[in-house]
Amino acid sequence: MSIFLNEHSKVIVQGITGSEGTKHTAKMLAAGTNIVGGVNARKAGQTVSFHGKDLTVFGTVEEAMKETDADVSVVFVPPRFAKDAVIEAIDAEIALLVVITEGIPVHDSAYFWAHACAQGAPPRTRIIGPNCPGIISPGQSNAGIIPANISGPGPIGLVSKSGTLTYQMMYELREIGFSSAIGIGGDPVIGTTHIDALAAFQADPQTQAIVMIGEIGGDAEERAAEFIKANVTKPVVAYVAGFTAPEGKTMGHAGAIVSGSAGTAQAKKEALEAAGVKVGKTPSETAALMKEIVSSLS
Amino acid sequence: MDLYEYQAKDLFAAHGVPVLPGHTVTTPADAAKAAADIGGVVVVKAQVKTGGRGKAGGVKLAETPEEAGEKARAILGMDIKGHTVHRVLVTQASDIEEEYYFSFLLDRSNRTFLAMASAEGGMEIEQLAVERPEALAKVPVDPIAGVDKAKAASIVNMARIPAEVADEAAEVIVQLWETFVGEDATLVEVNPLIRNPGKRIIALDGKVTLDDNADFRHPSHTALVDQRAENPLEAKAKAKGLNYVKLDGGQVGIIGNGAGLVMSTLDVVAYAGQRYGGVKPANFLDIGGGASAQVMADGLDVILGDPDVRSVFVNVFGGITACDEVADGVVEALRILGDAATKPLVVRLDGNNVEEGRRILNEANHPLVTQVDTMDNAADKAAELAAVSLLGA
Repeated sequence: MSIFLNEHSKVIVQGITGSEGTKHTAKMLAAGTNIVGGVNARKAGQTVSFHGKDLTVFGTVEEAMKETDADVSVVFVPPRFAKDAVIEAIDAEIALLVVITEGIPVHDSAYFWAHACAQGAPPRTRIIGPNCPGIISPGQSNAGIIPANISGPGPIGLVSKSGTLTYQMMYELREIGFSSAIGIGGDPVIGTTHIDALAAFQADPQTQAIVMIGEIGGDAEERAAEFIKANVTKPVVAYVAGFTAPEGKTMGHAGAIVSGSAGTAQAKKEALEAAGVKVGKTPSETAALMKEIVSSLS
Repeated sequence: MDLYEYQAKDLFAAHGVPVLPGHTVTTPADAAKAAADIGGVVVVKAQVKTGGRGKAGGVKLAETPEEAGEKARAILGMDIKGHTVHRVLVTQASDIEEEYYFSFLLDRSNRTFLAMASAEGGMEIEQLAVERPEALAKVPVDPIAGVDKAKAASIVNMARIPAEVADEAAEVIVQLWETFVGEDATLVEVNPLIRNPGKRIIALDGKVTLDDNADFRHPSHTALVDQRAENPLEAKAKAKGLNYVKLDGGQVGIIGNGAGLVMSTLDVVAYAGQRYGGVKPANFLDIGGGASAQVMADGLDVILGDPDVRSVFVNVFGGITACDEVADGVVEALRILGDAATKPLVVRLDGNNVEEGRRILNEANHPLVTQVDTMDNAADKAAELAAVSLLGA
C-alpha cells in the first residue's frame, strides 16, 4: 500500500508541452508512472512522444479524464496561468492534483483552495502543493519531480515542506525504503497538510513509521504535533529547519518566514517533543533516530 | 515586501481610501516647504519599516514651516530599532474624535483571509489582542466572495464601531479590500483609522505587505523597492537573480540547492560552529534546481565579496540537479574568479551523478577546495576553517 498514489493511478500532465513538463514527464515515465496523456488548450489534438510512447495532448482536463480515466494530474503550468489550470482540474473533479509550480501569488492559491472547498468537505479533489516536489510511492508511481532512483519501497512514510530535504532524507534512509514520500510545499497556503499526510500514513498498512520534516513559518508543525498526540500510534521522528533564520526575512520558500515571535523553529521543535516526537538536530541525526526505530520494529 | 507608510498611503489613495495630504521629503528644507504647501499644523513622521515610531520620538507636530524643518532635522538620521530614518512624511495634522483599528490579512492556518477590526484603535494590536480580546473582531473573509458593502457593514457592526459613522466606515473597508486584492497584498493595516470632528473616516497610518510572487502582474511595484535600505550584498545577489539573504555576525558563506536544504545547512553549520568558538553562517543562498556554472560563479562572487566570510560551504544534494554539473560549476566559477577567490571552499556533493561530480573536483585539485562526503562533517570542516582564519587574522 501507499498513500494518495499507487500502481493503479492514471496520471495526466497539465503543461506537458512546456520545458519543465516535458523533462519531468520523461522522468516520471522512466520511473514507471502510468502517464496517460497531457493537457494544453492551445495544442489540443497533438501527440507528444517519449521514447516510443505516444501521449495525446487534450484541450481540457475534463476531456482527458473522459478519454483516459485519469485520476491524477500533475501541474507544471507557469505561475501566471496556474490558477486557471488548477480551477479547471478541480471543476473536472480529478481525485489528486499535484501542483509543482513555484511562485504562484498567494491570492491565487487562497482562491483555488476556497474553490476546492466549495465543492464539499472534504474537497473531492485532493490538492498537493503548490510549490512542492510532488509525491512518490516507490515501485508504484511517481507524480512530480522527486527523483525515483534515490530509494525503493519500504515501511517509512515521509512528509515534508521541502523538496531537497525530502531527497536528502530519502537518501539517508534508502536502505530501509518508503511507502510514500510526499512534499507538501513551502508556500503559505497549501492543499494537503502535514496532518492530512500523517492521518493517511497512520491508516496505511504498509507504513510502520513516519518522518515529518518542517520548517519555519506558520503553525502547521504545532498543529501536527497536537494531531500526533491525539491520533498517531505509529512512531514519528521529525526534523525542523530554520533555527538560524532571522525574524522577518523570507528564506527561499514564500512561506518560510518568522513573523515576530511566531513561526520559529524552536517553538515547532518544542511542540513536537511535547507530543512525544523525537526531533533530530540535523537531517542525519533524524535519519539515525528513524533507523533505531525501524530496527526495533523488526 | 513591506512598504513604508507613505507608500501604503499612496496605494490607499489610488483605491479611494481617504488619507490626508502629505509630502515625503529627505531634507529639513524640503520639510519646511512641504509644511508651507500643506498649510496649518502638520505632523512630521519618520518613515521606517518598524513599529513604535511615536515612542521613539519619530513623530512630531509642527505649527509652522520653520518648526517642521526643525522637527525634520531632529528626526532624519535617527535610529529607530536599528532602522535609520532617511525620509520623513510631512502630512496635515488632524483632530481625532475616535481611533479604530482595521486590517485585512492572510490567515495561513485557516487558508483564507481575515478581517480584524476594533473600535479601540491606537494601541499596538498585539497588546489589544491580549488585553481586550473581546474588543477585537476577527472575521473570516472568503477569497471568492470577497468583501462587499454588506460584508463590510457586518464587520463594522461586530467591531462595535459607532452607528453614526458605520456607513462611511463600511465604505472605507470595501476600499481597503480593493487595495488588498488589487495590489496582491498579504497585509493591509490601518492603525489608527480615525473619525475626525467632521465625522469623516480617515486612514491616519498605513502598513502594507505585498506578495512578491505577484510582481508579474504589478510592474509598478518594482519602483517601491527601497534601493538605499537594501543590504548591498542582497542587492547585488538580486540583480543576478539569486535567492540570497545576508545574516548578521556570521563567518561561513553558504551555497546550497533548495530552500529547505539551505536553511538546514545554516543550522548544521551553527551547531558545528559551537565547537569552534561560536562560528556562524554568514548568509542564505539557494541556487535552486539548475546549478549552471554561471549561477555558481555568480553565487561565489557574491559570497566571496562579503568581508565577513572566512570560509565557504557548498552543500548540494543532486536531486534534479546533477552533481557533475555542480562540480563543473565550481571549477568554472573558480576559473572565472581567478585571483579574486581567496577563501577556502568545503564542498559536499551527494545524489544524482555524485561519483562523476567528485571525480571532477578531485581531478581539478584546486588548492582552495576540500571535499567532504557528509553534510554534518562538511559543516564541521567549514566551521573549523573559518575559525582558523579568524585566529590568523
